[in-house]
Amino acid sequence: MNTTVIDAHNISKVYNPKTIPVHAVNEVHLHINKGEFTALVGPSGSGKTTLLNLIGGLDRPDKGNIFINGTDITKLTAGELISFRLHNIGFVFQSFNLIPVLTAKENAEFIMLLQGVKRKERERRMMQLFKDIGLEDKMDVRPEKLSGGQQQRVAIARALASKPQFILADEPTANLDSASASNLLDNMAKLNKEENMTFIFSTHDQRVIERARRVITLVDGKISSDTAVVPTTEIQTGQVTS
Amino acid sequence: MWIIRLAWKNLWRNRSRTLITVGAIFFAVILSIAAESLKTGIFDNLVKNVVSFYTGYIQIHKNGYQDEQILDNSFSQADDIEKKILANKNVTGLTPRLESFALASSENLSKGCMVVGILPENENKITSLKRKLVKGSYIEKTDQSVLLAQGLAERLQLNVNDTIVLIGQGYHGSTAAGKYQVKGILKFGSPQLNDKILFMPLQTSQSFFSADGMITSYILSIAEDTQLEPIASAVRKTLGTNYEVMTWEALLPEIKQHIATDSNNMKVVQGILYLLICFGIFSTLIMMMIERKFEMGMLVAIGMKKAKLIVLFITESVLTVLIGCIAGIMASIPVIYFLNKHPIRIGGDTAKAYERFGFEAVFPTSTDASIFIRQGIVVFVIGLALSLYPMIKILQLNAVTALRR
Ligand SMILES: Nc1ncnc2c1ncn2[C@@H]1O[C@H](COP(=O)(O)OP(=O)(O)OP(=O)(O)O)[C@@H](O)[C@H]1O
Ligand SMILES: [Mg+2]
Repeated sequence: MNTTVIDAHNISKVYNPKTIPVHAVNEVHLHINKGEFTALVGPSGSGKTTLLNLIGGLDRPDKGNIFINGTDITKLTAGELISFRLHNIGFVFQSFNLIPVLTAKENAEFIMLLQGVKRKERERRMMQLFKDIGLEDKMDVRPEKLSGGQQQRVAIARALASKPQFILADEPTANLDSASASNLLDNMAKLNKEENMTFIFSTHDQRVIERARRVITLVDGKISSDTAVVPTTEIQTGQVTS
Repeated sequence: MWIIRLAWKNLWRNRSRTLITVGAIFFAVILSIAAESLKTGIFDNLVKNVVSFYTGYIQIHKNGYQDEQILDNSFSQADDIEKKILANKNVTGLTPRLESFALASSENLSKGCMVVGILPENENKITSLKRKLVKGSYIEKTDQSVLLAQGLAERLQLNVNDTIVLIGQGYHGSTAAGKYQVKGILKFGSPQLNDKILFMPLQTSQSFFSADGMITSYILSIAEDTQLEPIASAVRKTLGTNYEVMTWEALLPEIKQHIATDSNNMKVVQGILYLLICFGIFSTLIMMMIERKFEMGMLVAIGMKKAKLIVLFITESVLTVLIGCIAGIMASIPVIYFLNKHPIRIGGDTAKAYERFGFEAVFPTSTDASIFIRQGIVVFVIGLALSLYPMIKILQLNAVTALRR
């Protein structure tokens, strides 16, 4: 049942190689299976964003190969990479994920328009996704009328709408208060469980880290620890039911 | 289709920016249409006043007449020459004239004038002379009477049915003298003509000047005034070297020169106008590209092809420019029509300068539809050319850099 989704081999990214080289990602091996719920942690400047950009096909490594579902994305042209991202990778950024002139639903639907999905299928998926994120009543509202947490949930709905292999989220809770952050994580965990969607998210927030089932710690561009954990919430629910 | 819808929505995300751009285009279109139609209107008016109402588009003389405009340089009117000229199908008509100077006198006043012998009906066909009649009636082929220009009539204090006395020099040095009845008064737009011209039937003038069967020029009307030079060359070829075939541009070089100078001045004005629009549109474009950099990075990151992003931005530009252009054209139509019906009149020194060229300082606008379309298209093309900037920016866009803040 353990299908490999991401397989990164010995990848490195060096900034300013000619002046003062910064080894943002330094000979990293990373293996992610379908259905994982992984947090990427580490001090500021440790290379979290850089690593996410590499496995998300936004940036190219200077060394190494990245296989996504068997495709070596380091071999794709710029144009192929964009199309690959569209069909295989979901993105959630820290903020300003949404197009301000479109409604919540139109924003989530946008990616399916890019994919050329038929209207009927789009409508069906939107109904389902907005139910999943609990924003059925906000579908026709513009981002400016949504709270930060609600905006991030719409961003997740959009990432999910494209039916990607996995979703990358770089500090998705950084601009949220703790209640919204917790709510967002609830949504992600639910989608992870119900749809078996793979999530990889970077964070500084200890409460968010506690929700992950695998925590990868980066220090100076290298993986310093990689541990599977049982999320505290699951332990709690486990205690209640037993 | 969804791209157009999104572009339309994006247009109104920053209402004031879009309105500034649309407004800049709107006024640019109005101004450039006004400038162009005024320019065309002035030149059309000028050519009409001076060229088609008197000089004619093409004149034929005996070789040497242009340099020495005397009766001795006249030639015999002949059917075969006329046939040869009319054989060119771009020549739509011709009329002969016998022109010379004489001293005109009333009871106690006298003034130099230009006597023009014409075939009344032919002349009317080509220069619409009858339309300039403000008093009395038009002359007939065999009349012993004359038509006086209004200015000249006033100077001599003559009215319809009064008698005018003409004295001058005839063909080969003979003396010319005669007494004629004033049959009508003509009003010319050109003050120069209005002050000194007098028409009489060709036959009458030939006997006055003792120049039987002689004429000084043929005036030609042509099918297409843009084909002036080619038609003149063709006629020149058929007639040979005994005759000089001259276009109005050669007959009235100062007008030709004036049009060229004014045209160039207008081009400079329009150039500055276009430059201003360019700066206006360009600065809003730069602002917009900076403002939307993160968004563009985000869109490319989630998988929007750059080509689609470019289509989106160009659609936004096209819509903006289109709104401005169409609104500008709509608004300028009534303005231009009003200025056509109520032409601008200029007084003072400028007016005198224009009178020197022989026409009134009245500036109607041209309502030629092609002006509206042409200026609209020019501004539209400028707008499109400027949207190359977002296109280049998008092609250079690096999603990672754009997303970093
Ligand atoms: N474009 C760039 N040019 C030069 N250096 C860069 C560039 N992008 C990142 N870096 C450097 O690479 C290192 C890793 O940066 P990165 O943004 O991946 O860290 P991070 O773990 O995401 O940090 P944070 O927690 O602050 O977001 C840092 O030292 C950073 O300064
Ligand atoms: Mg980061």
